[in-house]
Amino acid sequence: MKMKGSQIFFECLKKEGVEVIFGFPGGAVLDIYHEMPKHDIRHILVRHEQGAAHMADGYARSSGRVGVCLVTSGPGATNTVTGIATAYMDSVPIVVFTGQVPTPLIGDDAFQEVDIIGITRPCTKHSYLVRNINDLQTVIREAFYLARTGRPGPVVVDLPKDVIQAQTEFKYPKKVDLPGYHPTIEAHSGQVKRAQDILKKSKSPVIFAGGGIIISDSTSELMQIAKLIQAPVTCSLMGLGGFPAGITDAGGLRRPNPLWLGMVGMHGTYQANMAISHADVIFAAGVRFDDRVTGKISEFAPSARIIHIDVDPSSISKNVDVDVPIVGDCKNALQQLIRLFEAEPVENQAAIRRPWLEQIDKWRKDHPLTYSKDCNVIKPQYVIEKIREIAGSDAIITTEVGQHQMWTAQFYEFDRPRTLLTSGGLGTMGYGFPAAIGAQMAFPDKLVIDIAGDGSIQMNIQELCTAVCNDIPVKVVILNNKYLGLPRQWQELFYEKNYTGSCLEGSPDFVKLAQAYGAVGLRAEKPEEVESVLREAFKIKKPVLMDFVVSREEGVYPIVPPGKSITEMLLA
Amino acid sequence: MIITEKQRYTIGILVQNVPGVLARIVGLFSGRGYNIETITAAETNEPGLTRITLVTTGDERVLSQIIKQLNKLINIIKVYDFAETEFVDREMALIKVRAEQATRAEVLRIVDIFRAKVVDVSAHFYTLEVTGNEGKINAILELLGQIGIVEVARTGKAALARSKKH
Ligand SMILES: Cc1ncc(C[n+]2csc(CCOP(=O)(O)OP(=O)(O)O)c2C)c(N)n1
Ligand SMILES: [Mg+2]
Repeated sequence: MKMKGSQIFFECLKKEGVEVIFGFPGGAVLDIYHEMPKHDIRHILVRHEQGAAHMADGYARSSGRVGVCLVTSGPGATNTVTGIATAYMDSVPIVVFTGQVPTPLIGDDAFQEVDIIGITRPCTKHSYLVRNINDLQTVIREAFYLARTGRPGPVVVDLPKDVIQAQTEFKYPKKVDLPGYHPTIEAHSGQVKRAQDILKKSKSPVIFAGGGIIISDSTSELMQIAKLIQAPVTCSLMGLGGFPAGITDAGGLRRPNPLWLGMVGMHGTYQANMAISHADVIFAAGVRFDDRVTGKISEFAPSARIIHIDVDPSSISKNVDVDVPIVGDCKNALQQLIRLFEAEPVENQAAIRRPWLEQIDKWRKDHPLTYSKDCNVIKPQYVIEKIREIAGSDAIITTEVGQHQMWTAQFYEFDRPRTLLTSGGLGTMGYGFPAAIGAQMAFPDKLVIDIAGDGSIQMNIQELCTAVCNDIPVKVVILNNKYLGLPRQWQELFYEKNYTGSCLEGSPDFVKLAQAYGAVGLRAEKPEEVESVLREAFKIKKPVLMDFVVSREEGVYPIVPPGKSITEMLLA
Repeated sequence: MIITEKQRYTIGILVQNVPGVLARIVGLFSGRGYNIETITAAETNEPGLTRITLVTTGDERVLSQIIKQLNKLINIIKVYDFAETEFVDREMALIKVRAEQATRAEVLRIVDIFRAKVVDVSAHFYTLEVTGNEGKINAILELLGQIGIVEVARTGKAALARSKKH
């Protein structure tokens, strides 16, 4: 039986197990919207297409499934670009369907025509312009396959209106035929063996884990290997949650994980940056040695041999020279390594590592993460500690970008993978709130909290309407310092306290704003109000916007000045 | 990071002949700041497959990134790093030279030595076709330059790995 393109679209999504689409209509996709009510797929109508892309991203990061968004041609498509680039930088599987003008009009500067394939080429894993109805099902099949396999990433599918209106036989392809696409999953056993030889002799190893651990669901393998070789673990921002910061025993008592170093890099902990810089081996898994991690590259891990697992060969030896490259899925490589270590007695591992772990403990005690307490004004770090205390390790936290994001990374203490969703690579202000909505769609019963700044929240505040209209009970914590705090801190430290452009006085009253949208607004102005506001908000089954008036000129510490080695931390 | 010397590298790329594939390759080079010295592309004997030969400059680290990044493009079937394999390469050039009474004989002698061909003749100009490796083309251009070159069109290099099919 022949079907229209618009119907085939939904049949394909069903085959892919899609349960929700984040979208916004327009002329080019009205055939799809016309067809939509006949299908059992939830549609979340956003208020800005950037929001749709970030929601699909938040849905994907929290669940591991592919997120989907649907927008119209022209401005609808261009509005998704920031969301696509955000997903690309952090390897998030989303498929973005964009409407396009009918094929005979392509190239004529038709109304709402834009070359979205051209615009997004550098920030997608792949993209398709579907020129023929007979290609539609194959393209959709491939798009989902590409998005979720290998190193995941965003795929754009551009759908001309006449193609969506045309008809063909529906037969979902069983297999994909992509002769140029063969991601290496199975790690080379010889390389894994070399890694083991180096690791077992190492006196001062550090495991450095990134987003790849979370994407490949390798948390338990990572914990196993760390325990087997008694090596301390640090994470990039993207890796947080991939290794538990604390361990909860059967009685529910949570203790700090002795092998956990905290985050590394520009705002890393003292012990993590020192450990990396004094290590004799760095065992890196699912990271890409971003400049925010390495600081001055020539002084990064000066005495270490580097072992690096990554599914993307182009991440290896891109920024730092690697001694043992291992191309493959983190899970596969770690499992092989665990087998090698289990096949050999490793009792002496703990003894070899003792002096190193003692040294690390000393660093930890010398300069722990801290902030000056104050009983008159709310400290942003205190709010984060309180959220952690009340929400527990199961809540999903998203962040915007700025100081609040870094304090979250430092102070929240993530114990589980996929509980921190944050724009690491692109650093997109405005990511966290729509991402929280996406995550809440994937986990309706979980507590989902966006930790936001007063600047960032205004970048996608319109999605409050989306949350209210669709009963998506996300919580937003605004750490309101009336500044674009991160630029302000840089201006304080590196630009002679010239605060041009970073003062945010004049923002709306967020409590009233929440009410205007039909959400709940709460405010805390004194430290003693913090806990009660949080507890009240977490009980409400509606979207809640909380405005925490925090100390204005608080800094994020440690901080490594740009261009400096990561040992050159300013500690306060 | 060990920085090696900048060098010229020839890379072969076998791609699916689908719309936009060249844009993806060229966009990758411009977006990541790699250099393209020459690029040639045409269909192969296998339907749907195009072979591209690209000459770039960079150090070894850049070359290795280029190859890895190219391999990530979905429509690319295979990338040949000719720094690693023996290969043959040829380039063709059309050269329009001034051919006045006094210089004609000299031009024809050079044509002969280089096994070039005169493909067009007009009152004052000869247009020559010459094929060879880059060194040969450069050499003939050098010699003819002393007589008077009007215009040159070079195809850029086409290359194949030697011996067995890859
Ligand atoms: C879309 C976008 N524009 C600009 C920036 C640069 N930037 C990084 S942090 C920041 C300030 C964020 O302010 P706020 O949300 O209030 O967070 P705070 O640092 O005060 O906690 C800016 C402007 C960015 N990351 N993203
Ligand atoms: Mg702020």
